[in-house]
Amino acid sequence: MFRRQILKGMAGATASLALASIPAFVAPAFAQETVKVGLILPMTGPSASTGRQIEAGARLWMAQNGDTVAGKKIQLIIKDDTGAADQSKRLATELVINDKVAVIGGFGLTPLALSVGPVATQAKVPAVIMAAGTSTIVATSPYFVRTSFTLPQNTAPMAQWSAANNIKTVVTLVSDYGPGLDSEKAFKAEFEAKGGKVLETLRAPLMNPEFAAFLQKAKDLKPDALFLFVPSGQGASLMKQVGERELAKAGIKIIGTGDVTDDDQLNGMGDALIGMITSHNYSAAHESPENKSYVSAFLKANNNMRPNFMSVGGYDGMALIYKALEKTKGDTDGAKLLDAMKGASWTSPRGPMSIDATTRDITQNVYIREVKKVDGQLYNVEFATIPNVKGSN
Amino acid sequence: MLTILLDGIAYGMLLFILAVGLCVTLGLMNFINLAHGAFAMAGGYLTITLMQQSGVPFLACLPAAFLFSAALGLLLERTLYRHLYDKTHLDQVLFSIGLVFMAMAMVDYAYGANQQIVNLPDYLTGRVSFLGASIGVYRLFVIVICGLLAAGLQIVLTCTRFGSRLRAAVDDGRVARGMGIDVTRIFAVTFAVGSGLAGLGGALGTGIISFDPTFPLKYMIYFLIVISVGGTTTITGPFLAAILLGVADVLGKYYVPAVGGFIIYTIMVLVLILRPQGLFSRGPAR
Amino acid sequence: MTDQTHSTKPSPEAVAARAVLLGRARWGLPEIAFWAIAFGAFFFMPTKLSLLSEIAILGLLALSIDLVLGYAGIVTLGQGAFFGIGAYAAGLAAKYGAGAAPWSDPLLGLLIAGAAAGLIGLLTSFLVLRGSDLTRLMVTLGVALIVDELVNQMKWLTGGSDGLQGVLPAPVLGVWDFDLYGKTAYLYALGVLFVLFVIARAIVKSPFGLSLQAIKGNPLRARAIGMPVNGRLVAIYTLASVYAGIAGGLAAQTTQFASPDYVAFHRSADALLMLVFGGAGHLYGGLIGSIIFRAMQDYLGNITPQYWQFWLGLTLVALVLFVRGGILGLFAKMRDRVLRKGEPA
Repeated sequence: MFRRQILKGMAGATASLALASIPAFVAPAFAQETVKVGLILPMTGPSASTGRQIEAGARLWMAQNGDTVAGKKIQLIIKDDTGAADQSKRLATELVINDKVAVIGGFGLTPLALSVGPVATQAKVPAVIMAAGTSTIVATSPYFVRTSFTLPQNTAPMAQWSAANNIKTVVTLVSDYGPGLDSEKAFKAEFEAKGGKVLETLRAPLMNPEFAAFLQKAKDLKPDALFLFVPSGQGASLMKQVGERELAKAGIKIIGTGDVTDDDQLNGMGDALIGMITSHNYSAAHESPENKSYVSAFLKANNNMRPNFMSVGGYDGMALIYKALEKTKGDTDGAKLLDAMKGASWTSPRGPMSIDATTRDITQNVYIREVKKVDGQLYNVEFATIPNVKGSN
Repeated sequence: MLTILLDGIAYGMLLFILAVGLCVTLGLMNFINLAHGAFAMAGGYLTITLMQQSGVPFLACLPAAFLFSAALGLLLERTLYRHLYDKTHLDQVLFSIGLVFMAMAMVDYAYGANQQIVNLPDYLTGRVSFLGASIGVYRLFVIVICGLLAAGLQIVLTCTRFGSRLRAAVDDGRVARGMGIDVTRIFAVTFAVGSGLAGLGGALGTGIISFDPTFPLKYMIYFLIVISVGGTTTITGPFLAAILLGVADVLGKYYVPAVGGFIIYTIMVLVLILRPQGLFSRGPAR
Repeated sequence: MTDQTHSTKPSPEAVAARAVLLGRARWGLPEIAFWAIAFGAFFFMPTKLSLLSEIAILGLLALSIDLVLGYAGIVTLGQGAFFGIGAYAAGLAAKYGAGAAPWSDPLLGLLIAGAAAGLIGLLTSFLVLRGSDLTRLMVTLGVALIVDELVNQMKWLTGGSDGLQGVLPAPVLGVWDFDLYGKTAYLYALGVLFVLFVIARAIVKSPFGLSLQAIKGNPLRARAIGMPVNGRLVAIYTLASVYAGIAGGLAAQTTQFASPDYVAFHRSADALLMLVFGGAGHLYGGLIGSIIFRAMQDYLGNITPQYWQFWLGLTLVALVLFVRGGILGLFAKMRDRVLRKGEPA
């Protein structure tokens, strides 16, 4: 019968295929003096730019500090989770079981990090969050540590600055997902505690190419300022439409977190942004010798791609892993590494930072910045510092 | 109110110009080309490259994007697509999605994954007011260009010799061939024009939306919605459908932001339940 | 397609027809070998169990699409909606069952997942009764997009875009706990897939299944010979929704969370691609398609995490240009060539 013959051919081919692919599936032998670090990042799909920046940051740390620490050779393994949470979880499991990695890291978005939490807990492997910014993530697994930032951490200073600088009413516009709502909540709470008033909280769908309706609504409400948050990599289209709607001419100040004026894209966003005030943990224009050398090395290694706040998350994530290994003298036991990470502090390109010993979240300076033209290029120029802001309580 | 209406119309017009090429290949040639967005992306990235690196003026980029995408379309039609006309719809879907994957990876390789934008020339920025409403100059520009294009397409299809030949070739290719019409060539030209329009749409889009390698997939759903609601047998159908969707989307987000995300999809499902062949289709489908 | 003409061809005698039906229902050696390898993979691919469970689950989703597309001719791009509904139903049951029987019992969770998805499938099935391929494609897609948006909006229930966390199913049959290595997960997912496959196989080879193929071949004629066309389509569409829902339930239980990804457009599109890639209308197409598609994605993704899509795309393009009917078509072509060489023509 026709069907039966198909199946015969099919099963035969499956068998040979399955057998042929076995060597590819078997993990390479585990060399003793190698410590593996697995980064799970969105390398394709809508959040791909986040993955690229983090990978570049992590690789730059290794290029500058060598690939040997405490006598062990560090091997970096990059996996693409395409931004899908079930993939992050599967890749984390495989890295832990097959590659026997000492530390996992990366996690481009909140749901991706949350899905990995149980794996880290069960396998007792430290998981370094280098991007995801919802405040609650770190508490979901005792093995989470964060080197990026949290939204409340970056948002509250903006609300304080606004209240202190004659802004009485604000409309907020955020992306409708975890970090966006986190940011909206933090801004509203802080701003209203300081006597301001949030007229309206607008939420745009995450995958939203057209902001006209939201921006027009904000304009019609005539607030003193419009507060913006969209995730890294999506600020460009929002800011283009903000410029087009001439909100500044209508007397509305544009403020936001630094996610919107992402260094990766800022220069292409156009002069309409000049004067925008944001608060954030990192700017490529940060004035320090560490940052100067970081930025120039990064530009050189990455075909003139400007480092953004995601890249320092990757860079400092590797820094933290190196410091922990030095402290344990190369011991890769998960609990010992985790203990070594708690309380670590150092000077990063972003400024002084530390890992809170109890919450395992990041404590760092948050800067108020203004978009300015420096040497013909747009930068977030810092003009005020709020020192040692905690990531979560 | 009028301001927001005009915003919606401009957005709808942009959707139309991006999707109209798909309407041509699907409705007229009965070919499901999900890679349509890749041609739009080609036009968009060409504009970005020309403006950022060679300083070509924006207005010169528009025809360049059209020609570039049309040439690309012609090349692919001659080498690949023509083998697919007699295959099943599912094979066409698989094939064109394959092309989309390749296009996304190639753009990623060449430009990186971050969003690309262009800065419009000064005479296209700013806003104008009339009748108490205000609209961005660029959106007005888009409305005018797209309106002219839609009218032009309709005239070409209904009033020219090429248009009647094309319709003949579509209605019954074999008979048309027998009448001495060069069906192969007509299809190739039509495909090229459809791709070119997508490229032009992409170039125009650079002023409103931004481009990244996921563009073809991100907008594929919108294209499909426009042509399924509008029907694939006319040019005016998708044109009206695109405006309807653009306006409904913007108005919905403005007045009832809580359900903003549902509006387009709900309209589409309702339209397709009530009129399975599309809102503005002539009679039953072939 | 040879199959179709074969099944719709009226046999001269009822006895002969019966013999044909029985013959079709018998299990061939290759089929047995296929399942033996699938279960054997547990032993010879112990490091890839979580990928394998994922493949089994995707295979079940593709199988559910095959039921409506390959056998009833309804093009759907919305199967992800039922997958997602099943995932959230099973996830919520396990979460609020607090890791203990009865509510967190995995098999009960699957029943809940299947029932929830089946109910929505039944309610929406009337939407796909008429219209062209494009119309059906877009209606099913529209339903899926609405469900996606609902999941995003109903944060109090679904956790919104952060996903549903804390899904802790009880041990399977009260004995086997879900482990980090994915051992339980794989055998459990594969076992469920196998049982559902056997049922699907019996259904498509029954008179009911053959009548579906008749409807696919020519709905007008099927109606003319007195077949309840709409009733049959509603039945198979609902059944396929139940299958997709159970697949989603498996996904939520084995990964121990549910996120809007499970409902997203790309889930439906991927599953459809895998089915067409493997070859629709053979039941095995979806399974083979998901195996090869995901294995390739994993393999290429390890070599080039940034650009694997290019090579995957190239494969799809080449497959369509040079082969008809997906991977199964490729096998058939190879077999024909071998047979032609072996036998004198």
